[in-house]
Amino acid sequence: MDAVRSIFKRELAGYFGTPIAYVFLVIFLLLSGIFTFYMGQFFERGQADLVSFFSFHPWLYLFLVPALSMRLWAEERRTGTVELLLTLPVAPWQAVLGKFLASWLFIAVALLLTTPLWITVNVLGDPDNGVIVAGYTGSLLMAGAYLSVGACVSALTRNQVIAFVLSMTLCFLLVLSGFPLVLDLFSAWAPGLLVDAVAALSFLTHFNAVTRGVIDLQDLVYFLSMIVFFLFVNTVLVDLKKSE
Amino acid sequence: MSQVKVQNLRKRFGALTAVDSISFTVRTGEVLGFLGPNGAGKSTTMKMITGFLAPSGGAIEVAGFDVGEQPVEARRTIGYLPEGAPLYPDMTPAGLLDFVAGCRGLGGAEREQRVRETAARVNLDSVMFQRIETLSKGYKRRVGMAQAILHDPAVLILDEPTDGLDPTQKIEMRRLIRNMSRDKVIILSTHILEEVQSVCTRAIIISDGKLVANDTPAGLEARSRLHNQVILRIRMDGAQAGEESAMAAALRALPGVGEVKSAAAGGEAEFCIGAKGSAGIMDDVARFAHGQSWPVMELSRRRGSLEEVFTALTRSGE
Repeated sequence: MDAVRSIFKRELAGYFGTPIAYVFLVIFLLLSGIFTFYMGQFFERGQADLVSFFSFHPWLYLFLVPALSMRLWAEERRTGTVELLLTLPVAPWQAVLGKFLASWLFIAVALLLTTPLWITVNVLGDPDNGVIVAGYTGSLLMAGAYLSVGACVSALTRNQVIAFVLSMTLCFLLVLSGFPLVLDLFSAWAPGLLVDAVAALSFLTHFNAVTRGVIDLQDLVYFLSMIVFFLFVNTVLVDLKKSE
Repeated sequence: MSQVKVQNLRKRFGALTAVDSISFTVRTGEVLGFLGPNGAGKSTTMKMITGFLAPSGGAIEVAGFDVGEQPVEARRTIGYLPEGAPLYPDMTPAGLLDFVAGCRGLGGAEREQRVRETAARVNLDSVMFQRIETLSKGYKRRVGMAQAILHDPAVLILDEPTDGLDPTQKIEMRRLIRNMSRDKVIILSTHILEEVQSVCTRAIIISDGKLVANDTPAGLEARSRLHNQVILRIRMDGAQAGEESAMAAALRALPGVGEVKSAAAGGEAEFCIGAKGSAGIMDDVARFAHGQSWPVMELSRRRGSLEEVFTALTRSGE
């Protein structure tokens, strides 16, 4: 566990050692504010909840999380430091886990910084705080799923721009996999069972279920298994591609 | 006794065979130099020993651990300076060494002490808190070296440790390597031949992925065509004037003497006298010249040239 902890610490310090952290946090807060107040009509709705805040998260994460994850492995391979890292007595899964946890915690910090909004609803009205806690939990889990996809894609290439575009595309498909846009690609030829399986992969469906205030075991398992699956693929890819 | 054992190591990249059945053993106390032209397979071999690259065939054992079966255990005993010393540019040397120490399972007071001692050992103290990207090449290389020796490894693998350093830095780096060699296995690659003479106890020459020589630097020199050649320079005045070809013929007639080449210029003649066997001919030549009352200006024996051996061995594959 020493290795995971060291990699986690290094990665987290790396965010704050460069402007990345501050740019990300500012943009995240700015955009979530804009989405909540203007597009989500926070005040006009006249309801003491954070629905207008959470409902934009899938779209906010769609481009912010790949921006965070694109450098995780691509940068290591471009500068050659992957050779330094993986010739330490560190197993690839430890490096993958350490990096993932660091970026996940970073997103958690970003989410934590939005709590003034939570306080605001409590001052203005009498919201169901259980639903809000569920919303935060769902949002963090979904961010983890985005992140694991992004980290996985980042291990495929040494070019960060390619990593960004590819992970954004893959996340976009995963967000929308419950919608005709994606399902139509399958429904013409695939058996119903497969179409249902694809539909069940949608980030959005599971996220919406959680933000309604019911943390269903099924949704928890869904997000956690997405994370585990993509981190597993990430580990395999790191091992395969490290020396290319 | 910790050692590195490599058996029939092979690596193919598609149709290209980068490393072709290389076998060798290195023991504690030895400094093994990898020599070879660029692209000969030196770095590839090192990457396989450190477990960074999976071999296509063969076996590697480091300090008793099979690199394929127990990669993490094997890497625990290895310190590695990759080619070009890649480092995280936005970290400080202090941060990087702390990170490496953490990954190597060093904690608390021991970690601090190790980092401090290692930094002092490679003279990093003055730049410990500067970002690595702002450091000069010499300092960057020292940081790379520091992270490799931080845990006092039994096996130290250095890929071109002096590449890109200025002459003073090169000498410093060689001194550091020599000082550490007693209780370690050290494998380093270089394309500077004098480095082999000054730090290595043994050298392996790799050409086109094949091991073409495995010998001590002195043993390699002895393979040179020029080895044990005697140089005789004589003042050509009076009796000797214009007689150099006759003198060369007389020298050639001596027992044990092979080829003799002569050249005359500026009132002096120089004879390059090759030896037939491995026995020295210095004494015979000296007595003969004395017996002939030649005015000898210089009489010396050449050592083999590593350059010549290297060129001869690595050209044969072409």
